[in-house]
Amino acid sequence: MGRYLIRRLLGAIPLVLGIATIIFFVLSLAPGDPVSIYTAPNVSSEVLEQMRQNMGLDQPVHVRYVRWMGSMIQGDFGVSFARNQPVREIVQQILPNTLILSLSAITLAFLTGILIGVFQAVRQNSLIDNSLSVVALFFYSMPSFWLALMLILIFSLTARNVWDWPFYFPASGMTSVGHEFMSPLEQVGDRLRHLALPSISLALVLAAGIARYMRGSLLEVIRQDYVRTARAKGLPERTVIFKHALRNALIPVVTLLGLYLPFLFSGTVFIETVFAWPGMGKLVVDAIGQRDYPVVMAGAFIFAVMVIIGNLVADLLYSVIDPRIRYE
Amino acid sequence: MSEVWTEARSDARSRASRRVRFRGGPALGIVLPGLPQLLAGRLAAGGYVTALWVGLVTLLMYRWERVWAAPTGALDEQIAFATLALGIAGALAWSIRDLRKGRDPLPMSRSQWGLASRAFRKNRVAVLAVGMVAFFYLVALLTPFIAPFDPTFQGDLLADRLSGPSATHLLGTDHFARDIFSRLLYGARISLSIGFVAVSISITIGTLLGAVSGYLGGAVDSVIMRGVDMVISFPRLVLLITIIALFEPSITLIVVILGLTQWPQVTRIVRGEVLSLREREFVQAGAALGFSRVRIVLRHVIPNILAPVIVAASLGIGDTIVLEAGLSFLGLGVQPPTPSWGTMVADGRNNLLGAWWISTFPGLAIVFVVLSFNLAGDGLRDALDPRLRS
Repeated sequence: MGRYLIRRLLGAIPLVLGIATIIFFVLSLAPGDPVSIYTAPNVSSEVLEQMRQNMGLDQPVHVRYVRWMGSMIQGDFGVSFARNQPVREIVQQILPNTLILSLSAITLAFLTGILIGVFQAVRQNSLIDNSLSVVALFFYSMPSFWLALMLILIFSLTARNVWDWPFYFPASGMTSVGHEFMSPLEQVGDRLRHLALPSISLALVLAAGIARYMRGSLLEVIRQDYVRTARAKGLPERTVIFKHALRNALIPVVTLLGLYLPFLFSGTVFIETVFAWPGMGKLVVDAIGQRDYPVVMAGAFIFAVMVIIGNLVADLLYSVIDPRIRYE
Repeated sequence: MSEVWTEARSDARSRASRRVRFRGGPALGIVLPGLPQLLAGRLAAGGYVTALWVGLVTLLMYRWERVWAAPTGALDEQIAFATLALGIAGALAWSIRDLRKGRDPLPMSRSQWGLASRAFRKNRVAVLAVGMVAFFYLVALLTPFIAPFDPTFQGDLLADRLSGPSATHLLGTDHFARDIFSRLLYGARISLSIGFVAVSISITIGTLLGAVSGYLGGAVDSVIMRGVDMVISFPRLVLLITIIALFEPSITLIVVILGLTQWPQVTRIVRGEVLSLREREFVQAGAALGFSRVRIVLRHVIPNILAPVIVAASLGIGDTIVLEAGLSFLGLGVQPPTPSWGTMVADGRNNLLGAWWISTFPGLAIVFVVLSFNLAGDGLRDALDPRLRS
């Protein structure tokens, strides 16, 4: 196990370097001169030339590439143009917000997806199974940003302004205005309330796919002999399904974790933009608007690294869930 | 084998019993193509042709002046005119031919595709989904005749701005007093064509690379597959917005970039299929006969892996439409004033409570189009995979 982990980590290194290389060359292909933002009638061309030298832009591409790679490996992503702050500091502040959102979304997605899938498989071909399938496919085909807007429209705006619900969900941000003055318990509640709509709109689309997969996988397992044996020896149906069948049916579903991570992070870009959630996705989108290339590069790189780590976690989860898989 | 024959015979019998046999059928078939078949119980074929005919003729009568002016109009009007003419002629021709032959005793084709198409036609949901997809493309082509307003036409900014659904504006107007229904129809053309072209690009690249990678193996294989790993582990959206942000967003750029970032999934599927095909006798025989590798890959390997590729294409169009809408939503896709569903959803963000119709209807349009593609793709997968065929 330990050796396998080390081998996988070593294998991930060329992948990470390759991705960094792609990002570098895409950005160096971009038209335009980064110095041009300093262009003004009262800035002489000598100053601009000096600026170019300071940024190392007078060097040939391969020299810049090696330098960039060198500082990237040391965790130095440069300085943000827009905020005049090291990108590393910004990322350290903002990355946890994205992790909170995506972890809660993926937990929610797997919990609801697995439960719905199991429910459908147990009642195969019943009316409720078929209607749940249709509903799941409906959500599966839905753009998450639109779902997010609709949830805001219903559970935030209409709930507060038209129906006068005593309880509505906030439509933006991570905390309310008076967050600092709340008691610790209220603070937790406030954060959860802000987390609800973003993570639900991210999770529903994923959960629909998971439920589809779970249903098929459990249906295959339920037909096997050992499940019949379990039923024959008089175990209650609940134990048969959740203890015997589900464990084997979950194995293919865990593959989805690795497959869905890129979708999840793509989703966070939209969801964070819609809900003004101060995370990596919103950071990258804002940075693109401001032509803040160091932030864009760092953001793209971190997203890719998160996907690679996520895939590794998914592979390790296999061996936890399926003892037949031994990594040597 | 006997099972197959019994099935074929019962199939023929049921077809014979459902053929049109009442008097006046042919006459009815010319006035209302499809209706005789519909009355004879062939719901899918009869229903589609009847609906197509009624729709096209209504459109022709309702928008007579526009249709009349179309052949000398803009390119999209000429295309719409051709679609209308072909649709009407096709419905009539199908009706006459079907009524005249009426009975074909045995299904002719027993090829792989013939079997698949029989399996597909038994799947009602999938047939309906393909019908929906065809309907969306038809509407997109006929948009210049259907749309009540020009998509960029701004009405009276004081009176018509942000007005709700009404008889004049079926789905309301946006903050520039533009008609949502018309913009929705014109937006369909953007979404559907971007999806189609981008997926064509990615399918072509993905199939070729996958076939080469799987058939040649060795160093070529590992280089291509490492590239695939790299592109797959990149959140596609982040790559897309990075590239699009660096260059000026335009429809061409979006189509190309969407096409160039989707091939890895196809490559993986194709490579897996080719790896198993490579050891099969007919491929080995080709190599033994001294065919060149190019010929073996193009003529013998690729035709045998088309089934999973078609499924991937159908599901991929849905994904691409959602992604394009997302890019436009972020302002990185189709640029205003060209209507696009993603941009329209974004337009409604600032007036979500006061004018819910601006964001809601384009989103619903995306959901239904993508749902149809997904259902059609599922149906194709079930029909094309012999293991899943019951």
